[in-house]
Amino acid sequence: MAQNVQSGGVSTHEQSELDAAGAENFDAIIARDSRIEPRDWMPEAYRRSLVRQISQHAHSEIIGMQPEANWITRAPSLKRKSILMAKVQDEAGHGLYLYSAAETLGTSRDEMMDALVAGKARYSSIFNYPTPTWADMGAIGWMVDGAAICNQVPLCRASYGPYGRAMVRVCKEESFHQRQGFEILLELANGTPEQKEMAQDAVNRWYAPSLMMFGPPDDDSPNSKQSMAWNIKRFSNDELRSRFVGMMVEQVKVLGLTLPDTQIRFNEATKKWDHAPLDWEEFKEVLAGRGPCNAQRLERRRSAHEEGAWVREAATAYAEKQAAKNAQKVAA
Amino acid sequence: MNEQDKASSTTPAPEPGAHRWPLWEVFVRSNRGLSHVHAGSLHAPDASMALRNARDLYTRRNEGVSIWVVPADAIAASDPDAKGAFFESPQGKDYRHATYYTKSEGVKHL
Repeated sequence: MAQNVQSGGVSTHEQSELDAAGAENFDAIIARDSRIEPRDWMPEAYRRSLVRQISQHAHSEIIGMQPEANWITRAPSLKRKSILMAKVQDEAGHGLYLYSAAETLGTSRDEMMDALVAGKARYSSIFNYPTPTWADMGAIGWMVDGAAICNQVPLCRASYGPYGRAMVRVCKEESFHQRQGFEILLELANGTPEQKEMAQDAVNRWYAPSLMMFGPPDDDSPNSKQSMAWNIKRFSNDELRSRFVGMMVEQVKVLGLTLPDTQIRFNEATKKWDHAPLDWEEFKEVLAGRGPCNAQRLERRRSAHEEGAWVREAATAYAEKQAAKNAQKVAA
Repeated sequence: MNEQDKASSTTPAPEPGAHRWPLWEVFVRSNRGLSHVHAGSLHAPDASMALRNARDLYTRRNEGVSIWVVPADAIAASDPDAKGAFFESPQGKDYRHATYYTKSEGVKHL
């Protein structure tokens, strides 16, 4: 339900008084860590910031279907095919939950979709990397979904109600994604030497990109501070990244594999996990559209949208025909 | 898909950026004996498609035994700003709660 606070027929003076009262109420709600709901007054910058974050998040889920859908026909068994299809279907669902949440802020789904296919909207840089081997399905589940869970669990408490509620649903489903990925890697790591090598190669390639999923370092993250003041974000990018490294470093031992980073250690002074510096130039290049698969991902999304047009048209035509029939029945 | 064919059909081409399909609010009953609870929303051309889409979107893991879909436009909502005026103050009305009555303490089955 997308409603803005109505301002029709209100004078400028009355409007500024309404805004002042609204702002006071908004600040009080944030201060007591309660939730903002769609029809509440909210600062324009808060609304804009949420639309940007939630729509980017939705786009990431939708584009994120591609690297894995790529392997559905070649998954090694019927069981693995079924699992992968369920996972890709979940990603579509997550995208839709998030578009719904963003729509409550007054931006239509079509506007968001149009921005994505026009190449004007951003999505997570991670989905612009290729998936050349089956082990990539394992590494994506374990590392990419693992990083996503670290990011998303605190978002369940985001100050904007519809976003938090969508994230609760998403998080419930993500844990299956991570476990199935871990299982793929574990089976490969305990298979033939070639299979183990393939698993290690995938871990090596996905390690740095998944660490970069948490976003730029804290001193270079322009939106983080305001986002934390508004209780949208609960922890900084570096804080979450450090937690993630701490989890990975233990879990990789169970796999019998290694992380491609010799500088991981627990820093007693900061009580955080240190890791090797990341290549932020690469991150910026991929975000700017110059990653290995950006063009391919967008083209695929665009063609899927266009090729599906007849389905949408047919459904609309059918609904109209049924409505006309029912109207005739009522009239008769 | 031929753009010309589309334009010449009876329905006018949707304006760019406009909602093509109405918004539906989805309510799911998770088990017999429980109420339907708001799960989220979706777009669909009509009620039967809204129900099918809601099933696929909100009940992939046996989350429901019954679904309601309601056109979002059909919902009347109270004004969030009119909190004080609209919701009567419960202050001074403790007598509406059982805990107000203390003299019967110790009396069994009351």
